[in-house]
Amino acid sequence: MPQTITLSINGQRTSHEVEPRLLLIHYLREVVGLTGSHIGCETSLCGACTVEVNGKAVKSCTMFAVQADGAHVLTVEGLADASGKMAAIQEAFWNEHGLQCGFCTPGMMIAARQIIERNPHPSDQEIREGLDGNLCRCTGYQHIVNAVRAAAKAAGA
Amino acid sequence: MATTITKLDKLVGKRIRRREDPRLITGTATYVDDVTMPGMHYAAIVRSPHAAAKIRSIDTSKAIGAPGVLAVYTGKDTAQVGGVPCGVDLPGLRKPHHNILAIDRVYFSGHPVAVVVARDRYLAADAADRIEVDYDVLPAVADPEKALAPGAPPVHPEWPDNVAFTFSQSGGDIDKAFKEADVIVRQRITSQRLVPCAMETRGVVAEWRKADRTLNIYTSTQIPHLARTILAAMLGLEENRVRLIAPEVGGGFGSKLNVYAEEALMGFIAMRTGQPVKWIESRRENFLCTIHGRGHVDHYELAAMRDGTIVGIKLKIIQDLGAYLQLLTPAIPTLSVLMMPGLYNARNIHADIVGVFTNCVPTDAYRGAGRPEATHGIERMVDILAAELKMDPAEIRLKNFVGKDQLPFPTATGLNYDSGDYAATLNKALEMIDYKALRKEQAEARAQGRLMGVGISTYGEICAMGPSPATPAGGWESATVKIEPSGKVTVLTGVSPHGQGEETTFAQIAGDELGVGIDDVLVLHGDTSIVQYGIGTFGSRGTAVGGTAVYYALQDLKAKVTKFGAMLLQSDDVTFSDGQCIDNKTGKTVSLQQIAAAAYRAMTLPPDTEPGLVATRFWEPPNFTYPFGAHIVISEVDRETGEITIKRYLAVDDIGNILNPLIVDGQLHGGVAQGLGQALWEHGIYDDSGQLVSGEFMDYALPKARSMPWIESAHTTTPSPVNPLGVKGVGEAGTIGSTPAMVNSVVDALAPLGVRHIDMPLTPEKIWRLVSGSNA
Repeated sequence: MPQTITLSINGQRTSHEVEPRLLLIHYLREVVGLTGSHIGCETSLCGACTVEVNGKAVKSCTMFAVQADGAHVLTVEGLADASGKMAAIQEAFWNEHGLQCGFCTPGMMIAARQIIERNPHPSDQEIREGLDGNLCRCTGYQHIVNAVRAAAKAAGA
Repeated sequence: MATTITKLDKLVGKRIRRREDPRLITGTATYVDDVTMPGMHYAAIVRSPHAAAKIRSIDTSKAIGAPGVLAVYTGKDTAQVGGVPCGVDLPGLRKPHHNILAIDRVYFSGHPVAVVVARDRYLAADAADRIEVDYDVLPAVADPEKALAPGAPPVHPEWPDNVAFTFSQSGGDIDKAFKEADVIVRQRITSQRLVPCAMETRGVVAEWRKADRTLNIYTSTQIPHLARTILAAMLGLEENRVRLIAPEVGGGFGSKLNVYAEEALMGFIAMRTGQPVKWIESRRENFLCTIHGRGHVDHYELAAMRDGTIVGIKLKIIQDLGAYLQLLTPAIPTLSVLMMPGLYNARNIHADIVGVFTNCVPTDAYRGAGRPEATHGIERMVDILAAELKMDPAEIRLKNFVGKDQLPFPTATGLNYDSGDYAATLNKALEMIDYKALRKEQAEARAQGRLMGVGISTYGEICAMGPSPATPAGGWESATVKIEPSGKVTVLTGVSPHGQGEETTFAQIAGDELGVGIDDVLVLHGDTSIVQYGIGTFGSRGTAVGGTAVYYALQDLKAKVTKFGAMLLQSDDVTFSDGQCIDNKTGKTVSLQQIAAAAYRAMTLPPDTEPGLVATRFWEPPNFTYPFGAHIVISEVDRETGEITIKRYLAVDDIGNILNPLIVDGQLHGGVAQGLGQALWEHGIYDDSGQLVSGEFMDYALPKARSMPWIESAHTTTPSPVNPLGVKGVGEAGTIGSTPAMVNSVVDALAPLGVRHIDMPLTPEKIWRLVSGSNA
């Protein structure tokens, strides 16, 4: 039985009728049309689908859309401000070459936001541990660590 | 951190942040799964759970009536589609016909047997579950050495010995070298199966436009043009009726340097149903059905004189090919043979390859492709020789290097190393790490009972693939550069970058040559209806070959711009530089914008000149390039747990001229991560029944942020004489250099326990067993 869900995505109220088995990532990508979050494994191991649900980083392949009913969801598309000015974390990934193919990047940036939110001055080791749920095959992580450190510094400045 | 640039700065050589990034960091890039079309359906593929079986029957009746199902096809329906091709020819090579869906027999776990097309991906998966396949399960063989044993189950019944090919190569006088040698060391060295694991799995969208008889294929590939040629032939279409688009591609590492059954299958479905169709590979399918890398069992023999001089190398490679030959499968171990002397002055070599069928997914090119195996082998053997002769591993390498004055150097394997100073690079690394102090520190650590290791590897690689006669599909690359009527510059490249950053580096080259800002240049790629024919991105060739084609097209354009400039200035003595033509007599100038407008307005033309400002070049490289370097790893092994800690990682690489240090750093870091992944964690393990037991991220240990060391990187710079940019290529260097450095470091740590060699991956369990002497 389809159910109606209403949620806020990147600050916009959205309502759809969805099948109970529809994953949140498929809802975001295919129903709402926000394709910035990616699917790298469907088993909650790679982190490419990471979004924020009510302020917490969540792998959106492990959650049904109906479970997000009433929630506030933030995706990569919502990081920049209304004028299109990029968020500090986006600028940092860009400046530090924190991405190559870009597929893991939206999830990485959401995870990075949470690291900085929980710990405004993370050490490199804390950044690496914070990124444990997100896989990247291109960068060897070094530039990602640089990016998260730079974003934390920018936020503290 | 990126550098801020001002307009008049030269662009090449700067740490310029990438121009492709804004779309990637705002979530607006278009990967295959982001492509949608009206009426688009989804395909789900039914795959064999068995590694070897006869198909008795397939019952599709319950799927055909299932909700939302448009069509169901099996191997009988697709039998007329051409086989998945292998592009390699070797004498006597046995090429099994590779149907896009199995017809009466399956050859590996994951082999596609049927496909369901439905309204959405959930309904397609539901219906796929309703297909019943009756299998007659057969004995399988998943290990290449076991496959060669008498009485092994035949993968292909027509070839009961499981041998796809044998290949031998010799140089110098190997028998004499081994007869005269003071010492011979031997070792069996494996290079395990690896799963490339691009973060984006494969995916295809196919759309048939019946009225135009054109097929549009979006596919996640490194080789859009080659894929178009091959898929058109498989589907019986004229090549110019197929448009192939590689949209944003989420990593490849060789796994997308191929043409796969599913690409042709989606074309078939689109043509048969008239509806656009999408297939996105699941991660499980990616493990089971996208090519794997490596899969070597090597037997090395190194002959040397008592002073450490290497006089001969013998190598026997047993290459696990898998059940089929994909595009380049049999060629990969031949690259290992070419690279087998490494950077050493070994004049006498002999190599034998036996390519073996197994009931596994095929192996093919994975980052480094043949060269990591060879480098790991020779670098392990040199350490084993050093241990045998009680020599220092750095000293024995310095003793055997091809000297700076010997370059260009013809190798015993038929290559011609271009340029370099191999000793200088190793010496730089030794100085940076303070090698003498380090060995002292190690002696103290050992005295305390600690297991500290220092591992050195020096590597050479064959890059910028490559001269056409030495490659299966042509090794040139193409570029078109257009100066638009407004003076803006568009570059069309035949390479197909998917993370390597050529939208930035090629714009740097064009900006400098034409004297325009980087934002005045747009680099396009990956669409066969926009770009002239090209070869693609692999083998560290993007900039060294593709960038050179851009460079030469720019030279043609500059000549034409100068002609128009001379006409506009009414002078016969003009120079084009920094975006304008200057009359050398009067000092009068005319800008590139004015010249471009005049070239298209074409009121008057210079003699023998056509209107417009467009140049196309297809550049054939005269040689490969040969980057090289030295990596040093300091490690420590925990006696209690077998865990390895990397204390320091130093990489000194010589990749020729560096166009963008920021991008180069990223390429090296990523390469090192993949090399350490092989050395320490990753292993595609098949059990004896042919099941891939490390077939998910839960079981296949990809490097994570916290498992990677900080990589200290430095360079020496020897420009390549092979191309005018002086670049050598950087995509694979880190992978090739890191694996043996890591293993040498751990073997060195365990040397006091009498350990001489350890096969990869160096898992804590394996190390703990060695340290504790436990076979429990």
